[in-house]
Amino acid sequence: MPEPTPSAISVSHLVKTFAGVAAVNDISFSVARGEIIGFLGPNGAGKSTTMRILTGYLPATSGSVAICGFPVATQPEEIKRRIGYMPENNPLPEDMRVSEYLYYRGRLKELPRAKLGPRIDEVLEACDLKRVRHKIIGRLSKGYRQRVGIAEAILAEPPVIIMDEPTIGLDPHQILIVRDLIASLRGRMTVIISSHILPEIEMTCDRVLIINQGRIVAQGTPAELRAEILGRNAYTLELAGDFGALPGLLAGIGSPLHVASQGEPDPSGFRTVTLVTDAAGELGESLLGTLIGAGWRVRAISRSHPTLEDVFLAATRRSWDAVDTAKK
Amino acid sequence: MKHFLTILSHEIRMLLVSPGTYVAAVAFLAVMGFEFTRILDSYSQAPQDASPAGMFFAQFWLPVLFMVPLLTMKCLADERRLGTIETLLTTPVTTTEVVLGKYGAAYALYVGLWGSTAGFFFILRRFSSDARLFDLGPLIGGYLFIAVSGLLFVALGVFASSLARNQMVAAILTCVLLFAILFGGLYLSTAPWLKPEAFQPVREAVAYAQVFRHYEDFTRGVVDMRQLLFYLSGTVLALIFSILSVEGKILHS
Repeated sequence: MPEPTPSAISVSHLVKTFAGVAAVNDISFSVARGEIIGFLGPNGAGKSTTMRILTGYLPATSGSVAICGFPVATQPEEIKRRIGYMPENNPLPEDMRVSEYLYYRGRLKELPRAKLGPRIDEVLEACDLKRVRHKIIGRLSKGYRQRVGIAEAILAEPPVIIMDEPTIGLDPHQILIVRDLIASLRGRMTVIISSHILPEIEMTCDRVLIINQGRIVAQGTPAELRAEILGRNAYTLELAGDFGALPGLLAGIGSPLHVASQGEPDPSGFRTVTLVTDAAGELGESLLGTLIGAGWRVRAISRSHPTLEDVFLAATRRSWDAVDTAKK
Repeated sequence: MKHFLTILSHEIRMLLVSPGTYVAAVAFLAVMGFEFTRILDSYSQAPQDASPAGMFFAQFWLPVLFMVPLLTMKCLADERRLGTIETLLTTPVTTTEVVLGKYGAAYALYVGLWGSTAGFFFILRRFSSDARLFDLGPLIGGYLFIAVSGLLFVALGVFASSLARNQMVAAILTCVLLFAILFGGLYLSTAPWLKPEAFQPVREAVAYAQVFRHYEDFTRGVVDMRQLLFYLSGTVLALIFSILSVEGKILHS
Protein backbone atom coordinates (compact mmCIF):
# COMPACT_ATOMS: atom_id res chain seq x y z
CA MET A 1 0.00 0.00 0.00
CA PRO A 2 1.26 3.49 -0.79
CA GLU A 3 1.64 5.83 2.14
CA PRO A 4 -1.41 7.98 2.72
CA THR A 5 -1.30 11.41 1.21
CA PRO A 6 -2.96 14.42 2.81
CA SER A 7 -5.46 15.03 0.05
CA ALA A 8 -7.72 12.46 -1.54
CA ILE A 9 -8.14 14.43 -4.71
CA SER A 10 -5.92 17.15 -6.03
CA VAL A 11 -6.57 18.91 -9.27
CA SER A 12 -4.26 21.55 -10.63
CA HIS A 13 -4.70 23.75 -13.66
CA LEU A 14 -7.06 21.30 -15.32
CA VAL A 15 -8.09 22.23 -18.85
CA LYS A 16 -10.33 20.27 -21.19
CA THR A 17 -11.25 21.53 -24.61
CA PHE A 18 -13.69 19.95 -27.03
CA ALA A 19 -12.95 20.94 -30.60
CA GLY A 20 -11.33 24.17 -29.44
CA VAL A 21 -14.09 25.09 -26.99
CA ALA A 22 -12.96 25.01 -23.39
CA ALA A 23 -15.36 23.00 -21.25
CA VAL A 24 -13.08 23.13 -18.24
CA ASN A 25 -10.80 26.12 -18.05
CA ASP A 26 -7.93 26.03 -15.57
CA ILE A 27 -9.57 24.53 -12.52
CA SER A 28 -7.55 23.84 -9.38
CA PHE A 29 -8.80 22.45 -6.09
CA SER A 30 -8.05 19.75 -3.60
CA VAL A 31 -10.25 17.64 -1.40
CA ALA A 32 -9.13 16.24 1.95
CA ARG A 33 -9.81 12.66 2.95
CA GLY A 34 -13.27 12.05 4.33
CA GLU A 35 -14.60 15.35 3.07
CA ILE A 36 -17.90 15.68 1.26
CA ILE A 37 -17.71 18.24 -1.48
CA GLY A 38 -20.46 19.61 -3.66
CA PHE A 39 -20.16 20.78 -7.24
CA LEU A 40 -22.60 23.46 -8.21
CA GLY A 41 -23.03 25.11 -11.53
CA PRO A 42 -25.51 25.84 -14.27
CA ASN A 43 -25.95 23.37 -17.11
CA GLY A 44 -22.87 23.11 -19.30
CA ALA A 45 -20.61 24.60 -16.65
CA GLY A 46 -18.18 21.69 -16.86
CA LYS A 47 -19.24 19.69 -13.80
CA SER A 48 -19.72 16.38 -15.59
CA THR A 49 -16.59 16.85 -17.68
CA THR A 50 -14.52 17.48 -14.56
CA MET A 51 -15.96 14.38 -12.93
CA ARG A 52 -15.25 12.25 -15.98
CA ILE A 53 -11.66 13.42 -16.00
CA LEU A 54 -11.37 12.58 -12.30
CA THR A 55 -12.45 9.01 -13.05
CA GLY A 56 -9.97 8.61 -15.87
CA TYR A 57 -12.75 8.09 -18.40
CA LEU A 58 -11.86 11.23 -20.34
CA PRO A 59 -8.29 12.42 -20.81
CA ALA A 60 -7.54 16.01 -19.84
CA THR A 61 -6.17 18.45 -22.40
CA SER A 62 -3.69 19.81 -19.89
CA GLY A 63 -3.19 20.05 -16.16
CA SER A 64 -2.91 17.26 -13.67
CA VAL A 65 -5.28 15.25 -11.52
CA ALA A 66 -4.25 12.91 -8.73
CA ILE A 67 -6.47 10.67 -6.66
CA CYS A 68 -5.03 9.28 -3.43
CA GLY A 69 -1.65 10.43 -4.68
CA PHE A 70 -1.87 8.55 -7.99
CA PRO A 71 -1.83 10.62 -11.16
CA VAL A 72 -4.87 9.78 -13.29
CA ALA A 73 -3.07 10.19 -16.59
CA THR A 74 -0.30 7.68 -15.99
CA GLN A 75 -1.85 5.21 -13.56
CA PRO A 76 -5.50 4.90 -14.54
CA GLU A 77 -5.65 1.31 -13.27
CA GLU A 78 -4.80 2.42 -9.73
CA ILE A 79 -7.40 5.17 -9.89
CA LYS A 80 -10.11 2.84 -11.08
CA ARG A 81 -9.56 0.60 -8.07
CA ARG A 82 -10.03 3.58 -5.77
CA ILE A 83 -13.18 5.22 -7.06
CA GLY A 84 -16.87 4.51 -7.12
CA TYR A 85 -18.49 6.44 -9.92
CA MET A 86 -22.08 7.11 -10.75
CA PRO A 87 -22.35 8.94 -14.07
CA GLU A 88 -24.92 11.49 -15.08
CA ASN A 89 -28.35 9.95 -15.77
CA ASN A 90 -27.19 6.81 -14.00
CA PRO A 91 -26.91 4.32 -16.88
CA LEU A 92 -27.88 0.77 -15.91
CA PRO A 93 -28.38 -2.38 -17.96
CA GLU A 94 -32.07 -2.96 -18.61
CA ASP A 95 -32.25 -6.72 -18.46
CA MET A 96 -30.48 -7.76 -15.28
CA ARG A 97 -31.72 -8.32 -11.77
CA VAL A 98 -30.51 -5.95 -9.07
CA SER A 99 -28.54 -8.58 -7.17
CA GLU A 100 -27.05 -10.01 -10.38
CA TYR A 101 -25.94 -6.56 -11.45
CA LEU A 102 -24.29 -5.84 -8.12
CA TYR A 103 -22.58 -9.24 -8.21
CA TYR A 104 -21.23 -8.62 -11.70
CA ARG A 105 -20.03 -5.14 -10.78
CA GLY A 106 -18.42 -6.49 -7.62
CA ARG A 107 -16.50 -9.04 -9.64
CA LEU A 108 -15.36 -6.35 -12.06
CA LYS A 109 -14.21 -4.26 -9.12
CA GLU A 110 -12.13 -7.16 -7.89
CA LEU A 111 -14.05 -7.91 -4.72
CA PRO A 112 -13.28 -11.46 -3.64
CA ARG A 113 -16.14 -13.89 -4.20
CA ALA A 114 -16.39 -14.81 -0.53
CA LYS A 115 -16.83 -11.21 0.60
CA LEU A 116 -19.16 -10.21 -2.20
CA GLY A 117 -22.34 -11.87 -0.92
CA PRO A 118 -22.33 -10.25 2.53
CA ARG A 119 -21.23 -6.92 1.05
CA ILE A 120 -24.13 -6.95 -1.44
CA ASP A 121 -26.53 -7.58 1.45
CA GLU A 122 -24.99 -4.64 3.26
CA VAL A 123 -25.37 -2.15 0.42
CA LEU A 124 -28.89 -3.38 -0.35
CA GLU A 125 -29.76 -2.74 3.26
CA ALA A 126 -28.06 0.66 3.28
CA CYS A 127 -29.86 1.79 0.15
CA ASP A 128 -33.20 0.28 1.16
CA LEU A 129 -33.24 -2.02 -1.86
CA LYS A 130 -33.89 -5.36 -0.17
CA ARG A 131 -37.43 -5.62 -1.47
CA VAL A 132 -36.40 -5.26 -5.11
CA ARG A 133 -33.22 -7.32 -5.10
CA HIS A 134 -34.71 -9.92 -7.44
CA LYS A 135 -36.46 -7.44 -9.73
CA ILE A 136 -35.28 -6.63 -13.21
CA ILE A 137 -33.62 -3.21 -13.31
CA GLY A 138 -35.45 -2.12 -16.46
CA ARG A 139 -38.78 -2.39 -14.61
CA LEU A 140 -37.76 -0.40 -11.54
CA SER A 141 -39.00 3.10 -10.89
CA LYS A 142 -36.63 6.02 -11.18
CA GLY A 143 -36.06 6.27 -7.44
CA TYR A 144 -35.06 2.63 -7.18
CA ARG A 145 -32.80 2.85 -10.22
CA GLN A 146 -31.09 5.85 -8.71
CA ARG A 147 -30.48 3.95 -5.51
CA VAL A 148 -29.15 0.95 -7.45
CA GLY A 149 -26.61 3.35 -8.97
CA ILE A 150 -25.62 4.64 -5.54
CA ALA A 151 -25.40 1.10 -4.15
CA GLU A 152 -23.13 0.22 -7.04
CA ALA A 153 -20.89 3.23 -6.40
CA ILE A 154 -20.32 2.37 -2.74
CA LEU A 155 -20.18 -1.41 -3.34
CA ALA A 156 -16.42 -1.84 -3.30
CA GLU A 157 -15.95 0.64 -0.44
CA PRO A 158 -13.64 2.85 -2.47
CA PRO A 159 -11.85 5.73 -0.75
CA VAL A 160 -13.29 8.20 -3.26
CA ILE A 161 -16.88 8.34 -4.49
CA ILE A 162 -17.90 10.51 -7.40
CA MET A 163 -21.59 10.95 -8.07
CA ASP A 164 -23.03 13.09 -10.81
CA GLU A 165 -26.43 14.34 -9.69
CA PRO A 166 -27.32 11.47 -7.37
CA THR A 167 -30.61 12.93 -6.21
CA ILE A 168 -32.07 13.88 -9.57
CA GLY A 169 -35.60 12.56 -10.02
CA LEU A 170 -36.09 11.43 -6.45
CA ASP A 171 -39.07 12.29 -4.28
CA PRO A 172 -38.45 14.17 -0.99
CA HIS A 173 -38.56 11.01 1.07
CA GLN A 174 -36.00 9.28 -1.11
CA ILE A 175 -33.84 12.39 -1.13
CA LEU A 176 -33.82 12.17 2.64
CA ILE A 177 -32.64 8.55 2.47
CA VAL A 178 -29.90 9.42 0.00
CA ARG A 179 -28.83 12.39 2.09
CA ASP A 180 -28.52 10.23 5.19
CA LEU A 181 -26.64 7.66 3.17
CA ILE A 182 -24.14 10.21 1.92
CA ALA A 183 -23.82 11.70 5.39
CA SER A 184 -23.09 8.23 6.77
CA LEU A 185 -20.06 8.05 4.47
CA ARG A 186 -18.60 11.19 6.03
CA GLY A 187 -15.18 10.60 7.49
CA ARG A 188 -14.78 7.18 5.89
CA MET A 189 -14.93 8.08 2.22
CA THR A 190 -14.30 11.18 0.21
CA VAL A 191 -17.42 12.09 -1.70
CA ILE A 192 -17.87 14.47 -4.60
CA ILE A 193 -21.44 15.12 -5.67
CA SER A 194 -22.85 17.51 -8.16
CA SER A 195 -26.37 18.78 -7.96
CA HIS A 196 -28.81 21.41 -9.03
CA ILE A 197 -30.74 21.06 -5.82
CA LEU A 198 -29.05 23.66 -3.70
CA PRO A 199 -30.54 22.89 -0.26
CA GLU A 200 -29.34 19.36 -0.87
CA ILE A 201 -25.74 20.42 -1.27
CA GLU A 202 -26.05 22.86 1.59
CA MET A 203 -27.18 20.16 3.97
CA THR A 204 -24.80 17.37 3.01
CA CYS A 205 -21.61 19.00 1.87
CA ASP A 206 -18.72 20.23 3.94
CA ARG A 207 -17.51 22.40 1.15
CA VAL A 208 -19.00 23.75 -2.06
CA LEU A 209 -17.36 24.56 -5.37
CA ILE A 210 -19.34 26.76 -7.69
CA ILE A 211 -18.36 26.34 -11.30
CA ASN A 212 -19.43 28.45 -14.22
CA GLN A 213 -18.06 28.57 -17.75
CA GLY A 214 -15.45 25.98 -16.84
CA ARG A 215 -14.00 28.05 -14.03
CA ILE A 216 -14.35 27.91 -10.28
CA VAL A 217 -16.16 31.11 -9.37
CA ALA A 218 -16.41 30.51 -5.65
CA GLN A 219 -15.46 27.88 -3.12
CA GLY A 220 -15.70 27.36 0.60
CA THR A 221 -18.16 26.13 3.19
CA PRO A 222 -21.75 27.26 2.62
CA ALA A 223 -21.37 29.81 5.48
CA GLU A 224 -18.15 31.21 4.05
CA LEU A 225 -19.69 31.58 0.65
CA ARG A 226 -22.60 33.52 2.06
CA ALA A 227 -20.26 35.84 3.87
CA GLU A 228 -17.98 36.28 0.90
CA ILE A 229 -20.54 36.89 -1.76
CA LEU A 230 -23.56 38.39 -0.07
CA GLY A 231 -22.31 40.08 3.07
CA ARG A 232 -22.98 38.59 6.47
CA ASN A 233 -26.43 39.58 7.54
CA ALA A 234 -29.47 41.03 5.97
CA TYR A 235 -32.50 42.52 7.69
CA THR A 236 -35.81 43.02 6.05
CA LEU A 237 -38.06 45.64 7.62
CA GLU A 238 -41.44 47.11 6.91
CA LEU A 239 -41.41 50.64 8.16
CA ALA A 240 -42.80 54.12 7.63
CA GLY A 241 -41.12 57.44 8.29
CA ASP A 242 -38.86 60.00 6.64
CA PHE A 243 -36.91 57.83 4.19
CA GLY A 244 -34.50 60.59 3.27
CA ALA A 245 -33.13 60.55 6.82
CA LEU A 246 -32.72 56.78 6.91
CA PRO A 247 -29.00 56.52 5.86
CA GLY A 248 -27.99 59.09 8.41
CA LEU A 249 -29.93 57.28 11.07
CA LEU A 250 -28.28 54.00 10.18
CA ALA A 251 -24.82 55.52 10.42
CA GLY A 252 -25.56 56.24 14.05
CA ILE A 253 -25.90 52.57 14.92
CA GLY A 254 -22.17 52.02 14.87
CA SER A 255 -21.86 49.04 12.59
CA PRO A 256 -21.92 49.82 8.89
CA LEU A 257 -25.44 49.13 7.69
CA HIS A 258 -26.57 50.13 4.27
CA VAL A 259 -29.77 49.99 2.34
CA ALA A 260 -29.69 47.22 -0.24
CA SER A 261 -33.15 47.69 -1.64
CA GLN A 262 -36.16 49.81 -0.94
CA GLY A 263 -39.69 49.04 -2.09
CA GLU A 264 -42.54 51.34 -3.13
CA PRO A 265 -44.69 52.70 -0.31
CA ASP A 266 -48.03 50.97 0.16
CA PRO A 267 -51.27 52.96 0.85
CA SER A 268 -50.54 53.25 4.55
CA GLY A 269 -47.01 54.59 3.89
CA PHE A 270 -45.03 51.48 4.76
CA ARG A 271 -42.10 50.39 2.66
CA THR A 272 -40.17 47.15 2.60
CA VAL A 273 -36.49 47.86 3.10
CA THR A 274 -33.59 45.43 3.02
CA LEU A 275 -30.50 46.34 5.01
CA VAL A 276 -27.18 44.57 4.66
CA THR A 277 -24.20 44.56 6.97
CA ASP A 278 -20.76 43.00 7.05
CA ALA A 279 -20.71 42.83 10.83
CA ALA A 280 -21.14 39.37 12.30
CA GLY A 281 -23.05 40.25 15.46
CA GLU A 282 -26.75 40.67 16.07
CA LEU A 283 -27.91 44.19 15.22
CA GLY A 284 -31.67 43.70 15.38
CA GLU A 285 -32.16 45.13 18.85
CA SER A 286 -30.12 48.30 18.39
CA LEU A 287 -31.62 48.82 14.96
CA LEU A 288 -35.12 48.55 16.31
CA GLY A 289 -34.30 50.79 19.27
CA THR A 290 -32.80 53.49 17.06
CA LEU A 291 -35.69 53.48 14.61
CA ILE A 292 -38.40 53.62 17.23
CA GLY A 293 -36.46 56.21 19.22
CA ALA A 294 -36.43 58.42 16.10
CA GLY A 295 -40.19 58.11 15.79
CA TRP A 296 -40.35 55.58 12.94
CA ARG A 297 -43.23 53.22 12.72
CA VAL A 298 -42.00 49.65 12.35
CA ARG A 299 -44.44 46.93 11.34
CA ALA A 300 -42.11 43.95 10.83
CA ILE A 301 -38.49 43.03 11.11
CA SER A 302 -36.81 39.81 10.13
CA ARG A 303 -33.24 38.71 9.89
CA SER A 304 -32.84 36.79 6.66
CA HIS A 305 -30.25 34.11 6.07
CA PRO A 306 -29.16 34.13 2.47
CA THR A 307 -29.60 30.64 1.06
CA LEU A 308 -27.06 28.92 -1.07
CA GLU A 309 -29.40 29.67 -3.91
CA ASP A 310 -28.74 33.39 -3.53
CA VAL A 311 -25.02 32.69 -3.29
CA PHE A 312 -25.16 30.55 -6.39
CA LEU A 313 -27.07 33.11 -8.40
CA ALA A 314 -24.81 35.91 -7.22
CA ALA A 315 -21.63 33.94 -7.91
CA THR A 316 -22.65 32.85 -11.37
CA ARG A 317 -23.91 36.32 -12.21
CA ARG A 318 -20.58 37.73 -11.10
CA SER A 319 -18.73 35.30 -13.37
CA TRP A 320 -21.02 36.09 -16.33
CA ASP A 321 -20.24 39.75 -15.82
CA ALA A 322 -16.53 38.94 -15.88
CA VAL A 323 -16.97 37.01 -19.10
CA ASP A 324 -18.97 39.83 -20.67
CA THR A 325 -16.41 42.47 -19.78
CA ALA A 326 -13.64 40.25 -21.13
CA LYS A 327 -15.50 40.02 -24.44
CA LYS A 328 -15.82 43.80 -24.68
CA MET B 1 -6.70 -10.37 -18.61
CA LYS B 2 -8.03 -10.89 -15.09
CA HIS B 3 -11.50 -9.72 -15.99
CA PHE B 4 -11.83 -11.50 -19.31
CA LEU B 5 -13.57 -14.52 -17.79
CA THR B 6 -15.90 -12.33 -15.69
CA ILE B 7 -16.98 -10.40 -18.76
CA LEU B 8 -17.16 -13.52 -20.93
CA SER B 9 -19.42 -15.40 -18.53
CA HIS B 10 -21.55 -12.30 -18.00
CA GLU B 11 -21.93 -11.76 -21.74
CA ILE B 12 -22.83 -15.39 -22.42
CA ARG B 13 -25.44 -15.12 -19.70
CA MET B 14 -26.83 -11.93 -21.17
CA LEU B 15 -26.95 -13.50 -24.64
CA LEU B 16 -28.80 -16.48 -23.21
CA VAL B 17 -31.50 -14.29 -21.67
CA SER B 18 -31.87 -12.09 -24.73
CA PRO B 19 -34.79 -12.80 -27.07
CA GLY B 20 -32.63 -11.92 -30.08
CA THR B 21 -30.51 -14.98 -29.48
CA TYR B 22 -33.53 -17.25 -29.61
CA VAL B 23 -34.85 -15.60 -32.74
CA ALA B 24 -31.45 -16.20 -34.31
CA ALA B 25 -31.31 -19.79 -33.05
CA VAL B 26 -34.81 -20.75 -34.19
CA ALA B 27 -34.43 -19.10 -37.58
CA PHE B 28 -31.05 -20.74 -38.04
CA LEU B 29 -32.12 -24.23 -37.10
CA ALA B 30 -35.33 -23.97 -39.15
CA VAL B 31 -33.52 -22.81 -42.28
CA MET B 32 -30.75 -25.37 -41.91
CA GLY B 33 -33.26 -28.11 -41.10
CA PHE B 34 -35.25 -27.43 -44.26
CA GLU B 35 -32.04 -27.25 -46.23
CA PHE B 36 -30.92 -30.60 -44.88
CA THR B 37 -34.28 -32.18 -45.68
CA ARG B 38 -34.09 -30.84 -49.22
CA ILE B 39 -30.60 -32.29 -49.65
CA LEU B 40 -31.71 -35.72 -48.39
CA ASP B 41 -34.72 -35.51 -50.68
CA SER B 42 -32.50 -34.97 -53.70
CA TYR B 43 -30.42 -37.99 -52.66
CA SER B 44 -33.47 -40.19 -52.49
CA GLN B 45 -34.38 -39.26 -56.07
CA ALA B 46 -31.02 -39.55 -57.81
CA PRO B 47 -27.42 -40.28 -56.88
CA GLN B 48 -25.35 -37.11 -56.30
CA ASP B 49 -21.66 -36.27 -56.71
CA ALA B 50 -21.01 -34.66 -53.33
CA SER B 51 -21.72 -36.08 -49.90
CA PRO B 52 -24.68 -34.66 -47.93
CA ALA B 53 -22.28 -32.98 -45.50
CA GLY B 54 -20.51 -31.24 -48.38
CA MET B 55 -23.78 -29.97 -49.83
CA PHE B 56 -25.05 -28.95 -46.43
CA PHE B 57 -22.03 -26.82 -45.54
CA ALA B 58 -22.07 -25.22 -48.98
CA GLN B 59 -25.08 -23.24 -47.71
CA PHE B 60 -23.10 -21.73 -44.83
CA TRP B 61 -23.33 -18.19 -46.22
CA LEU B 62 -27.08 -17.96 -45.74
CA PRO B 63 -27.19 -18.35 -41.95
CA VAL B 64 -23.97 -16.33 -41.61
CA LEU B 65 -25.66 -13.33 -43.20
CA PHE B 66 -28.54 -13.19 -40.73
CA MET B 67 -27.23 -14.98 -37.63
CA VAL B 68 -23.96 -13.11 -37.08
CA PRO B 69 -25.66 -9.67 -37.09
CA LEU B 70 -28.30 -10.89 -34.63
CA LEU B 71 -25.64 -12.22 -32.27
CA THR B 72 -23.27 -9.26 -32.41
CA MET B 73 -25.40 -6.19 -33.06
CA LYS B 74 -26.09 -5.59 -29.38
CA CYS B 75 -22.69 -6.13 -27.88
CA LEU B 76 -21.04 -2.69 -28.04
CA ALA B 77 -23.76 -0.56 -29.65
CA ASP B 78 -26.13 -1.15 -26.76
CA GLU B 79 -23.51 -0.31 -24.14
CA ARG B 80 -22.97 2.98 -25.82
CA ARG B 81 -26.67 3.73 -26.27
CA LEU B 82 -27.42 3.04 -22.59
CA GLY B 83 -24.24 4.80 -21.46
CA THR B 84 -23.15 1.73 -19.47
CA ILE B 85 -19.85 1.79 -21.34
CA GLU B 86 -18.94 4.64 -19.01
CA THR B 87 -19.55 2.65 -15.84
CA LEU B 88 -17.88 -0.38 -17.40
CA LEU B 89 -14.68 1.45 -18.33
CA THR B 90 -14.37 3.22 -14.99
CA THR B 91 -13.86 -0.13 -13.25
CA PRO B 92 -10.38 -1.70 -13.39
CA VAL B 93 -11.06 -3.38 -16.76
CA THR B 94 -9.34 -2.49 -20.00
CA THR B 95 -11.06 -1.88 -23.31
CA THR B 96 -9.29 -4.94 -24.68
CA GLU B 97 -10.85 -7.15 -22.02
CA VAL B 98 -14.28 -5.73 -22.73
CA VAL B 99 -14.04 -6.24 -26.50
CA LEU B 100 -12.50 -9.70 -26.20
CA GLY B 101 -15.05 -10.79 -23.62
CA LYS B 102 -17.95 -9.71 -25.81
CA TYR B 103 -16.35 -11.22 -28.89
CA GLY B 104 -15.69 -14.49 -27.07
CA ALA B 105 -19.30 -14.76 -25.95
CA ALA B 106 -20.72 -14.11 -29.43
CA TYR B 107 -18.27 -16.57 -30.98
CA ALA B 108 -19.07 -19.26 -28.40
CA LEU B 109 -22.76 -18.92 -29.20
CA TYR B 110 -22.11 -18.94 -32.94
CA VAL B 111 -20.11 -22.14 -32.71
CA GLY B 112 -22.63 -23.61 -30.29
CA LEU B 113 -25.49 -23.01 -32.71
CA TRP B 114 -23.58 -24.60 -35.58
CA GLY B 115 -22.63 -27.43 -33.25
CA SER B 116 -26.31 -28.17 -32.69
CA THR B 117 -26.65 -29.05 -36.39
CA ALA B 118 -24.59 -32.13 -35.57
CA GLY B 119 -27.97 -33.54 -34.55
CA PHE B 120 -28.99 -33.65 -38.23
CA PHE B 121 -26.07 -35.89 -39.05
CA PHE B 122 -26.70 -38.03 -36.02
CA ILE B 123 -30.26 -38.66 -37.22
CA LEU B 124 -28.99 -39.38 -40.72
CA ARG B 125 -26.50 -41.93 -39.43
CA ARG B 126 -29.02 -43.51 -37.08
CA PHE B 127 -31.74 -44.01 -39.68
CA SER B 128 -30.00 -44.39 -43.04
CA SER B 129 -29.01 -47.85 -44.16
CA ASP B 130 -26.51 -46.49 -46.67
CA ALA B 131 -23.17 -45.92 -44.91
CA ARG B 132 -21.87 -43.92 -47.91
CA LEU B 133 -24.25 -41.10 -47.07
CA PHE B 134 -22.35 -40.51 -43.87
CA ASP B 135 -18.90 -39.40 -44.91
CA LEU B 136 -16.82 -38.27 -41.94
CA GLY B 137 -14.19 -36.33 -43.97
CA PRO B 138 -16.34 -33.51 -45.35
CA LEU B 139 -18.20 -33.40 -42.05
CA ILE B 140 -15.09 -32.65 -39.98
CA GLY B 141 -13.72 -30.35 -42.69
CA GLY B 142 -17.03 -28.51 -42.81
CA TYR B 143 -17.20 -27.94 -39.08
CA LEU B 144 -13.56 -26.89 -39.02
CA PHE B 145 -14.26 -24.37 -41.77
CA ILE B 146 -17.26 -23.02 -39.84
CA ALA B 147 -15.19 -22.65 -36.69
CA VAL B 148 -12.29 -20.92 -38.45
CA SER B 149 -14.31 -18.63 -40.72
CA GLY B 150 -16.62 -17.84 -37.81
CA LEU B 151 -13.69 -16.17 -36.06
CA LEU B 152 -13.57 -13.53 -38.77
CA PHE B 153 -17.31 -13.20 -39.31
CA VAL B 154 -18.07 -12.62 -35.64
CA ALA B 155 -15.13 -10.22 -35.33
CA LEU B 156 -16.58 -8.19 -38.22
CA GLY B 157 -19.89 -8.10 -36.38
CA VAL B 158 -18.22 -6.83 -33.21
CA PHE B 159 -16.39 -4.20 -35.22
CA ALA B 160 -19.63 -2.98 -36.82
CA SER B 161 -21.24 -2.85 -33.38
CA SER B 162 -18.35 -0.75 -32.07
CA LEU B 163 -19.00 1.83 -34.77
CA ALA B 164 -22.69 2.34 -34.21
CA ARG B 165 -24.88 3.54 -31.37
CA ASN B 166 -27.98 1.97 -32.84
CA GLN B 167 -28.35 -1.81 -32.94
CA MET B 168 -30.12 -1.75 -36.30
CA VAL B 169 -27.32 0.25 -37.89
CA ALA B 170 -24.81 -2.22 -36.47
CA ALA B 171 -26.79 -5.17 -37.84
CA ILE B 172 -27.07 -3.71 -41.33
CA LEU B 173 -23.41 -2.73 -41.35
CA THR B 174 -22.47 -6.27 -40.32
CA CYS B 175 -24.63 -7.67 -43.11
CA VAL B 176 -22.93 -5.44 -45.66
CA LEU B 177 -19.44 -6.28 -44.43
CA LEU B 178 -20.19 -10.00 -44.47
CA PHE B 179 -21.75 -9.78 -47.91
CA ALA B 180 -18.68 -7.97 -49.19
CA ILE B 181 -16.28 -10.52 -47.80
CA LEU B 182 -18.37 -13.51 -48.96
CA PHE B 183 -19.28 -12.35 -52.45
CA GLY B 184 -16.89 -9.48 -53.12
CA GLY B 185 -14.16 -11.94 -54.06
CA LEU B 186 -16.46 -13.77 -56.46
CA TYR B 187 -17.37 -10.53 -58.16
CA LEU B 188 -13.81 -9.22 -58.37
CA SER B 189 -12.42 -12.46 -59.76
CA THR B 190 -14.71 -12.08 -62.77
CA ALA B 191 -14.53 -8.30 -63.05
CA PRO B 192 -13.43 -7.30 -66.54
CA TRP B 193 -11.53 -4.22 -65.36
CA LEU B 194 -9.14 -6.43 -63.41
CA LYS B 195 -8.24 -8.36 -66.56
CA PRO B 196 -5.17 -6.30 -67.71
CA GLU B 197 -1.73 -7.65 -66.92
CA ALA B 198 -0.95 -4.75 -64.57
CA PHE B 199 -3.62 -5.98 -62.15
CA GLN B 200 -2.11 -9.43 -61.89
CA PRO B 201 -1.07 -9.00 -58.18
CA VAL B 202 -4.55 -7.72 -57.34
CA ARG B 203 -6.10 -10.74 -59.00
CA GLU B 204 -3.81 -13.03 -57.04
CA ALA B 205 -4.77 -11.33 -53.79
CA VAL B 206 -8.45 -11.66 -54.68
CA ALA B 207 -8.00 -15.34 -55.49
CA TYR B 208 -6.35 -15.81 -52.12
CA ALA B 209 -9.28 -14.22 -50.30
CA GLN B 210 -12.05 -16.33 -51.87
CA VAL B 211 -14.12 -17.58 -48.95
CA PHE B 212 -15.91 -20.17 -51.12
CA ARG B 213 -12.58 -21.55 -52.33
CA HIS B 214 -11.49 -21.93 -48.71
CA TYR B 215 -14.69 -23.78 -47.99
CA GLU B 216 -14.07 -26.22 -50.84
CA ASP B 217 -10.52 -26.87 -49.67
CA PHE B 218 -11.58 -27.52 -46.11
CA THR B 219 -14.30 -29.98 -47.07
CA ARG B 220 -11.85 -31.79 -49.34
CA GLY B 221 -9.63 -32.13 -46.29
CA VAL B 222 -7.02 -29.59 -47.33
CA VAL B 223 -6.21 -27.28 -44.43
CA ASP B 224 -3.95 -24.61 -45.87
CA MET B 225 -1.86 -22.56 -43.49
CA ARG B 226 -2.34 -19.46 -45.66
CA GLN B 227 -6.08 -19.75 -45.36
CA LEU B 228 -5.88 -20.13 -41.59
CA LEU B 229 -3.67 -17.06 -41.51
CA PHE B 230 -6.17 -15.16 -43.66
CA TYR B 231 -8.91 -15.70 -41.08
CA LEU B 232 -6.70 -15.23 -38.04
CA SER B 233 -5.10 -12.03 -39.28
CA GLY B 234 -8.49 -10.70 -40.37
CA THR B 235 -9.90 -11.46 -36.93
CA VAL B 236 -7.04 -9.79 -35.10
CA LEU B 237 -7.31 -6.75 -37.33
CA ALA B 238 -11.07 -6.43 -36.87
CA LEU B 239 -10.72 -6.75 -33.09
CA ILE B 240 -7.92 -4.18 -32.92
CA PHE B 241 -10.07 -1.79 -34.93
CA SER B 242 -12.99 -2.45 -32.56
CA ILE B 243 -10.83 -1.58 -29.54
CA LEU B 244 -9.55 1.56 -31.25
CA SER B 245 -13.07 2.51 -32.25
CA VAL B 246 -14.38 2.18 -28.68
CA GLU B 247 -11.50 4.24 -27.30
CA GLY B 248 -11.56 6.76 -30.11
CA LYS B 249 -15.27 7.42 -29.65
CA ILE B 250 -14.66 8.24 -25.99
CA LEU B 251 -11.94 10.73 -26.91
CA HIS B 252 -14.26 12.48 -29.30
CA SER B 253 -17.46 12.18 -27.34
